[in-house]
Amino acid sequence: MIDIFTYPFMIKAFAVAFMISLCAPCIGLPIVLKRFSAIGDATSHSALGGIAFGLLIGINPIVGAVVFSIVAVLTIEKLRKSFGAYQEIATVVIMSAGIGLTAVLSAFIKNGSANINSFMFGSIVAISDFELWLSLVLTSLVLILTLLLYKENFAIAFDEESAGLCGIPVRAINFVMMLLTAIVVSVASRIVGALMISSLLVIPVATSMLISKSYKQTLILSIVISEFITLLGLYISFYMNLRPGGTIVLLGVIVLIITSIFKKR
Amino acid sequence: MKNEIINVKNLTFEYPDTAVLKDVSFSLQKGDFLGIIGANGAGKSTLIKLILGFLTPDCGEITLFGTNLAEARSKIGYVSQKANTFNTDFPATVKEVVRANLFSEKGLFKRYTKEDDKKVSEALELVGMADHKNSLIGSLSGGQQQRVFIARALVATPELLLMDEPTVGIDAHSVREIMDIIKRLNKNGMTIIMTNHDTPTLLEAANKLLIFCEHGYEEFVSTADLSLERISDILAGKRLHKHD
Repeated sequence: MIDIFTYPFMIKAFAVAFMISLCAPCIGLPIVLKRFSAIGDATSHSALGGIAFGLLIGINPIVGAVVFSIVAVLTIEKLRKSFGAYQEIATVVIMSAGIGLTAVLSAFIKNGSANINSFMFGSIVAISDFELWLSLVLTSLVLILTLLLYKENFAIAFDEESAGLCGIPVRAINFVMMLLTAIVVSVASRIVGALMISSLLVIPVATSMLISKSYKQTLILSIVISEFITLLGLYISFYMNLRPGGTIVLLGVIVLIITSIFKKR
Repeated sequence: MKNEIINVKNLTFEYPDTAVLKDVSFSLQKGDFLGIIGANGAGKSTLIKLILGFLTPDCGEITLFGTNLAEARSKIGYVSQKANTFNTDFPATVKEVVRANLFSEKGLFKRYTKEDDKKVSEALELVGMADHKNSLIGSLSGGQQQRVFIARALVATPELLLMDEPTVGIDAHSVREIMDIIKRLNKNGMTIIMTNHDTPTLLEAANKLLIFCEHGYEEFVSTADLSLERISDILAGKRLHKHD
């Protein structure tokens, strides 16, 4: 069953899948712990709007996705303050705006539905060399920042007020993390699909949180789970002729449910 | 003054439509224990937030260790009502929670060392929680969690400890244990500012008192001759002489 690796496009797909599923939980953990899980969905849907915009005006869709995602996270951050205790409303508003914009713009793009569809569910088995290198650069950036800001991200996620009192530049670090989330989600949306990246930010972390005994363990275990579901999902999808993105997400949900059942016992 | 820890001058603050603090002044020397009591909304927590810089005063001045908050930050510890409000499902060990407050010593990007772990153990020892170092914070009782939060405030060896109702929602036995820890810290020279609804407990521990009441506040530079009845009278709105 290793003839899968005789296909160069599958080797590339596995390499990119490995990298994306390595960095997604690193960004996802602080997001989930700050009860901000829906930002992945909001950003990826805004990225879709940017992709549609890019296709419409004839620029690289990834550039459109990055610009729209950054605008989306900055707007969410600004809007959040207006809603007080109901901060998640800001995320849903931006997510709706992203979906609406995608729907409207796709009507003006030649073969719009098919194009947007491929971005929605990704095209992990049709990755270009440029996208492979882009994934490598982004993964390196995420890993470096995760290590450098490990203690700061923990302190902010646990208690933002006390973190600020200790002298941690909370706003600056939150801004960097939001920016990083926007860039990773928009690039990954193009490569692996909006559905898969927003799920990979949350599902492995949520599963890990059910059984982990520390913050460090939660991070490590969520990376292990993320790698497991992504690589196995890709493998299964190849042999069963399924869509890779959807298979990976469903596998993640199954692992989450099984973990939750075992935890209850 | 060399031993002056905090000097608050003519501090005034109001939320939209509601004046909370008006012209509040007091000062504390090293080793003082200031208790702050008053009804809900009287301004106790607002005063703590102003000292910590979470809020900006409308007018007045706060001097900490002869300088401003930014300079004095590393000398200040803070314990809030977190045992009541924090997310108990947060996946963090006691050690990770306490260690987080070492940032003021470490700075950006620096990794934790064995020396840091030793400081965490010492802080946990002070509050009797050393055996729970590797427990999940959410698995502890409310009283134990609050002791961990005190250790978190102590780990960076502050000289001034601010506590905003640290015993609220905790059982009587744990309250006694926590107050014993705080009194011991104060006896060893730490300056304490604490708000609390539990007047008898605070009166027993503090040597100075601020009582926020209907007509403003009363300051007592000594609690030696102060009785619970007198405090009740003040809280009920009976005006007394300032600086009694």
